[in-house]
Amino acid sequence: MPEWILYLLDFLPEWDWLHVLLISLIKVVAIFLPLVAAVAYLPYAERKIIGYMQIRIGPNRVGPRGWLQPIADALKLILKEIIVPTKSNKYLFILAPILAIGPAFAVWSVIPFTDTLVLADINAGLLFVLAMTSIGVYGIIIAGWASNSKYAFLSSMRAAAQIVSYELAMGFALVTVLMAAGSLNLREIVLAQSGGITDWYLWPLFPMFVVYFISGVAETNRAPFDVAEGESEIVGGFSIEYSGMTFAVFFLAEYANMILIAALASLMFLGGWMSPFGAASDVLILGDGLHWLLLKTSFMLFFFLWFRATFPRYRYDQIMRLGWKVFIPLTIIWIVVMGVAMFLTPWGYLFH
Amino acid sequence: MMNKAIFAIKSLFLIELWKGLAVTGRHLFQRKITVQYPEEKTPMSFRFRGLHALRRYPNGEERCIACKLCEAVCPALAIKIDSEAREDGSRRTTRYDIDLTKCIFCGFCEEACPVDAIVETREFEYFGESQGDLYYTKDMLLANGDRMEKSIASDRKQDAAYR
Repeated sequence: MPEWILYLLDFLPEWDWLHVLLISLIKVVAIFLPLVAAVAYLPYAERKIIGYMQIRIGPNRVGPRGWLQPIADALKLILKEIIVPTKSNKYLFILAPILAIGPAFAVWSVIPFTDTLVLADINAGLLFVLAMTSIGVYGIIIAGWASNSKYAFLSSMRAAAQIVSYELAMGFALVTVLMAAGSLNLREIVLAQSGGITDWYLWPLFPMFVVYFISGVAETNRAPFDVAEGESEIVGGFSIEYSGMTFAVFFLAEYANMILIAALASLMFLGGWMSPFGAASDVLILGDGLHWLLLKTSFMLFFFLWFRATFPRYRYDQIMRLGWKVFIPLTIIWIVVMGVAMFLTPWGYLFH
Repeated sequence: MMNKAIFAIKSLFLIELWKGLAVTGRHLFQRKITVQYPEEKTPMSFRFRGLHALRRYPNGEERCIACKLCEAVCPALAIKIDSEAREDGSRRTTRYDIDLTKCIFCGFCEEACPVDAIVETREFEYFGESQGDLYYTKDMLLANGDRMEKSIASDRKQDAAYR
């Protein structure tokens, strides 16, 4: 908190709740604005990277090297008309994008950016994250239902089934992390990985990391698990009937969720803001800090884009088979084996 | 049995998926082949079939003799010709219209023409701002021919060797 804000607060009446409210508001804005900027530029990065992988250049016309493309896209979407279908349920139709984006941004309140830089350092942080990501699916279900369109409805059914299935595998994979860390608090989970690259949970829990990340890709309805979008069979999914800003909000929610999954992956398995060289390094840039979290998150986000450029879409039954018959049994067995190893055998130190 | 084991190992370690990722990963660093259109253009054949033009002889006399072969051969019925005898008794067109919205740019009119009057040029960057702007009349086609005679003549000359 910079000094000048504290001085500013001195002039205000001596109401504690007002101070708390103002400080919280400033913190919220400080998290929200960079996040929106990141969400705006992630599609640009996606178009550029996928373009490069297809030996194209990607957007390069708006501004130098296309840097202003997200702003142009945003302006276009803001200015476009919001068309509400005649036979749709208007309240739910407008409510759905809000329900999609609300949880997507709310989760960020418990994400620790550094040891001290966290809006709400709550003890059940991981539980809150899992709860909020689950609520996000309501936006999609309501969007499909309220659109009164068979394609949107099919898509929302697919999305709901897929998200619910993969949430289990993702939750179980994260349970192994909290078993190893002994805490649900995200900050303490990261602190439990302090020491350097060898102390990250990536190594002892590597299979769970893979399961978590693939489930995360499925959870956000991204390629190759994007049957909910399915442009070739259900012409664009639950957002067919949406236009203008309402569509943009769904888009923002999807990309905010992608960033969240990547950030969680770096917090849970890649040591969050911890430097891979350990805290002992003298050079400032190599020490612990926010930049490591950003770097790790960007690295994981790159995989999202890489997957999309590489893999063809899974068939619906293949997605269900992978979720229910591979990931969920695998994670349950891992949890049991890990629990036994931690408390009944001398090899428990492997997981601490 | 052995095959099953190999398959199990392959699927466990996602071998095929990594191979796929390696392919796209390699392409990420390859030279990009995008042509930046208005600034860069791809090479064009002398047989390119673009905007139509009516040619003239070097002395300024229009080539078209109103034989109407092009009108007859046109598969899209895009050409409309009326003809009359001129004062000197020669048969000439009074009307030679091409509706470019109907035209499929097959080049049959050019093939059918006995005097190389109707030709298709290299020009493809033209447009119409309102309905009817792409309905080209005789004057417009003759103007096209006058404007692009140089490139038309050199293209015909290059093509002559293959005819």
